[in-house]
Amino acid sequence: MIDLPAALLAAIGQEGQKCYPSEACGILLGHLADDDRRRVTDIMPIDNASDPTEQYHRFRIEAEDLMAAETRGASQGLEVLGFYHSHPDHPARPSDYDLGHALPFYSYVIVTVDQGRAGQITSWRLAPDSYKFDPETLEKI
Amino acid sequence: MITVLIPTALRSFTERQGAVQLEAGTVGQAVAALAENYPDLKQHLYDDQGQLRSFVNLFVGGRNVKTLEGLATPLAEGETLTLVPAIAGGRDA
Repeated sequence: MIDLPAALLAAIGQEGQKCYPSEACGILLGHLADDDRRRVTDIMPIDNASDPTEQYHRFRIEAEDLMAAETRGASQGLEVLGFYHSHPDHPARPSDYDLGHALPFYSYVIVTVDQGRAGQITSWRLAPDSYKFDPETLEKI
Repeated sequence: MITVLIPTALRSFTERQGAVQLEAGTVGQAVAALAENYPDLKQHLYDDQGQLRSFVNLFVGGRNVKTLEGLATPLAEGETLTLVPAIAGGRDA
């Protein structure tokens, strides 16, 4: 389960709208409980590093950006819990491309942006066998 | 000895350790030693052809080894090697 404050959910939607028709992306920072429940306390919007001609359906977060987030998080006692990205004019469900590039542990939050307007937000985790995503309960707090 | 910092996503393969110490003179030797010490981690570091996976990035002294000597980048005693994944995805075409 992942807890996301309403203000951060709204911010993720706004990022998706701002970047539309390209994909938005960013990093989720927060706390991890012993029972694996996650609480997001901050997000870091990241410039989409994928090829500009492909950004309508692709995002990429460079290792340098992730390392900066890890460093910033460590200084505040926070962990990188996962990532968010938008699906312009597509449902908030992971694609085969998402699955092919996913890593274990992380939460993958997806927001649909339909005709420039943010809609449903979902969260997903890579299954232990790595062959599929499992939906993750997203609690708005 | 050098220290390898492991990203959160891969710590389940290193007995939850975020930092691993091992003997290595180059970045390539360090990654190989890591894979040998933690066999379940190997598939996440190397592809079926034995090449380092494209999302695996390695930093020494804050610099990506791609801008240094790659896997041949030397590691001094006490140095820290940081393993950082690149993240990608996107909707279907």
